[in-house]
Amino acid sequence: MSSDFGDFSSELSSKGDDKELQEFLMVEKQKAQFNAQIHEFNDFCWDKCVEKPGNKLDSRTETCLTNCVDRFIDVSLLITNRFAQLLQKSGGM
Amino acid sequence: MDSVANLTGAQKGELMDQVKQQIAVANAQELLTKMTEKCFKKCISKPGTSLDSSEQKCVAMCMDRYMDSWNLVSRTYGMRIQRERTNM
Repeated sequence: MSSDFGDFSSELSSKGDDKELQEFLMVEKQKAQFNAQIHEFNDFCWDKCVEKPGNKLDSRTETCLTNCVDRFIDVSLLITNRFAQLLQKSGGM
Repeated sequence: MDSVANLTGAQKGELMDQVKQQIAVANAQELLTKMTEKCFKKCISKPGTSLDSSEQKCVAMCMDRYMDSWNLVSRTYGMRIQRERTNM
């Protein structure tokens, strides 16, 4: 989905004269990326946290889901930082 | 195709609406696909000759919980993004 927009917005910027459309597409693209990320989080956090679907999400499951999202982001940040350090140590590759 | 640069205001509005609508449809499709996959996995352990009533109930409940979960994940992620922004 995002790559379609990529082509579209770069085509627009090469024409260079429609700021309003460009901005609109950028915002929509961000919203779409945010949504795609939620689909992905919900996909694997559901597998990790939800046992048998009941009448409502119990508080244990809710805690598990919020922790799942936050810890995943922690891991992602940790790995990104550590990877950057490794790259620096090895002379920027 | 007409150049995007020479659109009238009304055409531009129409284009924006179309883009928004297509994104909404894509989003709903993604949710539908994921929900079907997850709830099939949760509720149908041994596929029989038809969906029996307990399986149907399970699927209905699973759908609702999947959307609850989606909304909770969305809120959590949104809050985290805001927190990271203020920490920057």
